[in-house]
Amino acid sequence: MLVGSQTWEFKRPPTILSTGTVGGPFEAKGQLTAYFDQLYDDIRCGQKTFEQANQIMLETACNLAINKSDIPKEQVQFLIAGDLTNQMTPTNFAASTLQIPFIGTFNACATSMESLALAANLIDSGAASSILTGASSHNAAAERQFRYPTEYGAQKPDSAQWTVTGAGVGLISNTGNGPKITSATLGKVIDMNMTDPFNMGGAMAPAAMDTITIHLKDRGIDASYYDAIITGDLAKVGRSILLDLAKEQNITLREDTLLDCGLMIYKDDQKVFAGGSGAGCSAVVTYGYVINQLKQKKWNRLLIVATGALLSPLSVQQKQSIPCIAHAVSIENEVKS
Amino acid sequence: MNHSPSTSKNNYKQIAQKKDPKRPLVKNCIRAFLIGGAICTIGQCISFFYMYFFNFTEQTVGNPTTATLIFLTMLLTGFGFYDDIAQFAGAGTAVPVTGFGNAVISAAIEHRSEGFVQGVGGNMFKLAGSVILFGVFSAFVLALIKTILLELGVI
Repeated sequence: MLVGSQTWEFKRPPTILSTGTVGGPFEAKGQLTAYFDQLYDDIRCGQKTFEQANQIMLETACNLAINKSDIPKEQVQFLIAGDLTNQMTPTNFAASTLQIPFIGTFNACATSMESLALAANLIDSGAASSILTGASSHNAAAERQFRYPTEYGAQKPDSAQWTVTGAGVGLISNTGNGPKITSATLGKVIDMNMTDPFNMGGAMAPAAMDTITIHLKDRGIDASYYDAIITGDLAKVGRSILLDLAKEQNITLREDTLLDCGLMIYKDDQKVFAGGSGAGCSAVVTYGYVINQLKQKKWNRLLIVATGALLSPLSVQQKQSIPCIAHAVSIENEVKS
Repeated sequence: MNHSPSTSKNNYKQIAQKKDPKRPLVKNCIRAFLIGGAICTIGQCISFFYMYFFNFTEQTVGNPTTATLIFLTMLLTGFGFYDDIAQFAGAGTAVPVTGFGNAVISAAIEHRSEGFVQGVGGNMFKLAGSVILFGVFSAFVLALIKTILLELGVI
């Protein structure tokens, strides 16, 4: 049901039944190793190309999520997913293997929450009873498409980010136990004329601010309603800008409860510049660590705000600005009354 | 956001610029000088080696030296070390001929997955092609100027 200008509140909040998270060798050395279901020690996952590796990771994550639930694959009505590679190549091939009716989504690194919001709405409206949703990315596949060949020696500035190699998937259902998706706010494209593709956090922060502001207003709540607000991949630069913007807008975002997936996934000594990014970043952190913490009741009300820089190699070369978007989904534990 | 978009865009650029971590220019220059200098020193050693043990002169030793440096770059690129050194060295690894070699070799490796003709062949000069184009063109222009000046008897 639409509340306010661009927020859905779900009358029968869909459940995140089970999750599947897969990561690459660099993620295996990271901070959240314990929350991955499977970690590959080979960047190609035994495949010939990086794109196929991305596909295999997504397939594996999907199968893991299905196997962990008691819903057989045949009863999953839709797969809503996307990635960063041209025309979502890896996801298209994974959907071909999985043989689940497929809705492809692309909002760069905001794909995870875009997909989750759509899945929740389809389930809430009765259009489906169980949906598999997620996002994936591959560091080397993203490097070669958006930047330079992986082995090319170009120096990156400290504001750059590191694309996560991984796939995170959730199985969303209208029944069962687990964290509930209570609302979702789909963001507008915000373009602040930022042009540096090596500072995406700085470009995306205003989009996150816009979506958070509208989400709170639409639901008529204060930021303190949530135990934590977790942004997708603003990393160091974007997060610190977001804190400043919030002050300007008189929204209290607390230093200790505003978290960022891009800052959670890796260890401090891993050289990832400002932090992690990529469609897989918010997906693996949300469906791995965050859902786990919700299940353990360490958190009960969360707002996940996935942020996406909607640039393309073409737009960068043609010296266009970076349009950005953020989608927010609130995930809460059921409060027994 | 409820303020007018044009002013907020300008304001935002300033906010964002303040938060953009400063690029350490002096540190980068020192690193580039040290690593770039080291590469040139290695090149000089290779030159002396060819001149001492083989029949090369100072005029002719350039080509085998360049080829050797590019061969070493190929190994470092193929085994995945060159980009790590480059992150540290910046211009130090980009400016010498090793940077050119790395641009060609990394593109060739990257596009191997699309086959030898359309992949490797079509893309290996993707990054280095403009170096060749503008290098050849500027050499042509300089030669033209020199020829004209010689004909006019200026030099």
